[in-house]
Amino acid sequence: MTNQTIVKAEELERLVKQLAQEIANDVKDESPVVALVGVRSRGEILAQRLQALLAQNHQIHADRGTLDITLYRDDLNRAADKQPVVKTTEIDFDINDRLIVLVDDVLQTGRSTRAAMDALIDLGRPEAIRLAVLIDRGQRELPIRADYVAKTITTTDRNQKVSVHFHETDGCDEVVFGND
Amino acid sequence: MDVSVGSSTADNTAAAEGQAFVWQRKHLLGLRELSAEELNHIFDTAESFKEVSQRSVKKAPPLRGKVVVNLFFEDSTRTRSSFSLAASRLSADVLDFTVKASSVSKGETLLDTARNLEAMGIDIIVIRHSAGGAPYMLSQSIDACVVNAGDGYHEHPTQGLLDIFTIRELRGSLKGLKVAIVGDIAHSRVARSNIWGLTTLGAEVFLVGPPTLMPSAVNQLPVTVCHNFDEIVGEMDVLNMLRVQFERIGSPMFPSVREYSRLFGLTEERMTRAKKDVLVMHPGPINRGLEIESEVADGPNSTILRQVTNGLAVRMAVLFLVNQAAAME
Amino acid sequence: MTQLLIKNGRIIDPANNVDTVGDLLVSDGKIAAVGKSSAKVKPDQTIDAADKLIVPGLIDMHVHLREPGDEEVETVASGTQAAVAGGFTAVACMPNTDPAIDNEASVEFISRQAARADMAHVFPIGAITKGRQGQELAEMGQMVRAGAVGFSDDGDGVANAAVLLQALKYSSMFDRPIMEHCEDKTMSGGCMNSGHYASILGLPGINPLAEELMLYRDVQLTKQAKARLHAQHISTAGSARIVRTAKAEGVRVTAEVTPHHLLLTDADCQTYNSNFKMNPPLRRQEDIDALRLAIADGTIDCLVTDHAPHLRSQKELEFRNAPFGIISLDVALGLYVKALIDTNTIDWPRLIQMMTIAPAQILQVPKGTLSVGADADITVIDPKTEFTVCVDKFASKSRNCPYDGWQLHARAAYTIVNGKIKHSLH
Repeated sequence: MTNQTIVKAEELERLVKQLAQEIANDVKDESPVVALVGVRSRGEILAQRLQALLAQNHQIHADRGTLDITLYRDDLNRAADKQPVVKTTEIDFDINDRLIVLVDDVLQTGRSTRAAMDALIDLGRPEAIRLAVLIDRGQRELPIRADYVAKTITTTDRNQKVSVHFHETDGCDEVVFGND
Repeated sequence: MDVSVGSSTADNTAAAEGQAFVWQRKHLLGLRELSAEELNHIFDTAESFKEVSQRSVKKAPPLRGKVVVNLFFEDSTRTRSSFSLAASRLSADVLDFTVKASSVSKGETLLDTARNLEAMGIDIIVIRHSAGGAPYMLSQSIDACVVNAGDGYHEHPTQGLLDIFTIRELRGSLKGLKVAIVGDIAHSRVARSNIWGLTTLGAEVFLVGPPTLMPSAVNQLPVTVCHNFDEIVGEMDVLNMLRVQFERIGSPMFPSVREYSRLFGLTEERMTRAKKDVLVMHPGPINRGLEIESEVADGPNSTILRQVTNGLAVRMAVLFLVNQAAAME
Repeated sequence: MTQLLIKNGRIIDPANNVDTVGDLLVSDGKIAAVGKSSAKVKPDQTIDAADKLIVPGLIDMHVHLREPGDEEVETVASGTQAAVAGGFTAVACMPNTDPAIDNEASVEFISRQAARADMAHVFPIGAITKGRQGQELAEMGQMVRAGAVGFSDDGDGVANAAVLLQALKYSSMFDRPIMEHCEDKTMSGGCMNSGHYASILGLPGINPLAEELMLYRDVQLTKQAKARLHAQHISTAGSARIVRTAKAEGVRVTAEVTPHHLLLTDADCQTYNSNFKMNPPLRRQEDIDALRLAIADGTIDCLVTDHAPHLRSQKELEFRNAPFGIISLDVALGLYVKALIDTNTIDWPRLIQMMTIAPAQILQVPKGTLSVGADADITVIDPKTEFTVCVDKFASKSRNCPYDGWQLHARAAYTIVNGKIKHSLH
C-alpha cells in the first residue's frame, strides 16, 4: 500500500503555529521561562520550529535541548529486526526547577513518552513536565495524555502508521498515513 | 511492524540517515576481526555514553536486570574498576569474581568456572586471563556474551578502543596519522589491539623498541619497525608509551632500566623534537621516570587522564552493544 | 591346523619387492604362501580382498600408552585396541610414563600387559637416562634383555651433550638406536611455533632452532660415537636438511615424521583449540613442503603417529596451559594417504615400506614383511572408500584429536595379528 498524505505542507505549518500558540497561552507568565526538550529525531526539529515561533510571535525566549531516549526504551532487550542507535542527549541548561515542555511528533502508545520522562528525571528534577505533540493518533498502551495537541487522528487499524516528515530530514513537510 | 512512537522515531532516523548498520557481535574478543564500520559504530556509541557520565544521575537503564561478571584471573584494579563502573552506569548488576576468591585454585578449569557462573544466570562475562585465547575459548562454549579485558599477549580490545577513540576525538580522523607504539611490543596485548584498530582506520603504525622486545615475524605485521626512537619522533602525531613490565628487567631482553629509559623513554628533551601538538598516550599505570618522565606525563600533550575517562565510555558502549547483539538472537 | 586365506588383493611387500595381485595363505599364525593359492587349500576362513591391499602389518614406532601411571588416559589394552583399529599390528611405546620405563621390571611389565591385552604387539622403548632426568644412564643392557628395542627420553631431549655422547657409545654395543626428542629447552618454552601466528595470537613461541640445534648436535655426537641415532618427529625444513646432510656423510641416522606435521600448520592454532597443540609444534607450509620432499628423496625413513592421549579435562584448558600432544592411531593410515599419496609425493609401495619394514629395521625386530614363514601380521587396506573421522568412535580412551569430521579414504579393513583377525570393518 502506498502512503497517503493526510496533512500537506501549508497545513503542517498552520498546525505547528497552532501548537506554539497553545504553549504560549499556557506558559506566558511562567517564571523561569519554559524550556523545550525535543525527543530525537522528529521531536528535535519540531522543538526547533516551536522555539523560533515562540520567539517571533510570542516574545518567549525558551531554552531548547534534545533528548535521546534509546537507553530508556522498554524494548531494548527484545529481539527486533532493527537495532536502535544510541545518540547523544544535548541539554546544555540545568533542568532543575524548570518547566519543561517535552516535544514529540506523534503520540501513540505512550511508551516513548514514558522513556523520555525517565530520561529527563535522570538529568534533574524539573518543576513540571508537559507534553506537546503534533499528532495524537490514540491507541495508548500507557496512561499518558498530551497537554498540547495540534491534531488528533483516530483509526482503529494498528498497522497503519502515521509519520511526520520534515524537510530537514525527509525533504518535505507533510504527514502521511500508510505503511511507510 | 512495531508502531510505538519511540521505535518509529528511531527507525525513521536510521532510515533517513542511511544507518542500517546492525551490530552483530555478542562477544568482543579482539580488534583484529573488526571492520572500520564496526570500530566507528563503537566510537559513535561511546560518544553518546560520555554524556551519561556528565549527568547528575550518572546512570541509564539499558542493562537493567542484566548481570555482568568481572572474571579476573590477573589482578588489574583499573580495568576492573572501569568495567564495574561502566556496567553499573548502565544499571547492570555487577559480580566481581576474582581468582583468589574462586575455586579456580582448587583445580577447577576455566570452562568449569564459566559454566558454573552461567548456571547462575549471568549475561555478560568480562574476562581477564594470563593465557592468550582464553576469552575465545569461553565464547565457543557458553551462551553468555564474552568481553575480553586482556588475554595474555593477545589483545586488550577495550584499551585499544579507548586509545583510538581518544585520538579520533582530538584529531577527528585516524586517516594518515602516524602513531608510534613504544616499548615491549612482544609481550603487549595493548600494542596488538592498537595495531589492528589503527591500521584498519587508516593510520600508519610505527613500532619502536629494541629487537628483543619485538614480536616474532614482525615484518609480517602491517607496521614499520624502528629501533632508533630519535629517528622518527619528529614525524609522529601520536606517541603511545607502553608500560615497562618489571619482570622483564634483568632478563636477557634488556640490560637495565637506565639504558631502556635513555634509548626509549619519553623525556622532556626528546619531547622538544616532537611535533608541537603530538598526543602523548599511556595505558597506565605509569612508571614515572622510566618509560615516561613526569613532566611529560603531566604536560599539555598528555592524554593520559582523558584516556581513563574515555575508557569508561568505550566500555559502556561495548557492554551495551554486545547485549544488543545477544538480544537479537 | 587353522588356515586363513586372503584372496584377490593387491599384495604389497616392500621387503621382498613384491607388488602383485594374488592370494595370501596364513597357516597356524605364520605366512604359508604368497601368490596364487592352490585349489586344494580348504581354509577355515576366507577374506575377499578384491580392490584391497594386502600388506605387512603396519608398525607405529612412536606411541604413548600412558601405562603405568595414567591409566585413565590410555592403557596398553586401549592403546593397542586403537592400533589394530588403525591397521597397526605393532607399536613401540615411549617410556615417559609414571614412573618412567627405565629398568628391566618396567619393560617386562609392558610386555606382560601387552600379552594380556592380546591385540597388537608392543615393543617397549626404554629411557636413556634414569627417571628421564638426563643425568645417569639407565640400565640399557638389562632392558634390552627384557625386550626393549630402543632408547628415548621422549618428551625431553638429553640436554647434556656429554651424557648423550656416552649414551650413544654405550647403546652401540646392543645395536639399538638412541631415539632423540630434539628440543633445546632454553630455546623453547612456548606453546606453538614462533612466527607470524604466535605473534598474532599472543602466544609464546617455540623457536624452530630449538629442534634443529639439538638435532645438529646429536648428529655430530653420533658421528663421533659411531653409534645409531633416530631423530623423532622432525618437524622443520631445517631438520630435514640436517638429516639429509648427515646421511650423505654416512652418519647412521634415521628420521620419522608424524601426520600432523604433514597436514597441519601453525595457522590452524587460530581457533585456540588445544587439539592443535603438540610438541614439536605445528610449523609453516614451507616446512610441510620440505618434509614431503624429504620423504620423497628418502631422507625421512618412517611414519609415526606420536599418539599422545590426554584427558578431555586436561585438553579443555587454555591453549597455553593445556598439555602437548594429540592422538591419531585410529585413523593415521588415511592421514598419511591424504598427505603423501593424494599429493603424489610417494606411491603405495613406498608408503607401506615406511610403515612396515623401515621401522622394523630401525628397531631390529623381525616384523614388517610377508615372507613365507614370517609371523602372520597382516593389514588388509581398503584404499578407496571414503569415510568421516568420528573421534567419539575411537578405540583409544582419549579424544584429543584435531581430525574429527575430516573426510579420508584409506583405512584398515582387516588387521591380523599372528594369524588372528583383531579388527575388521564389517
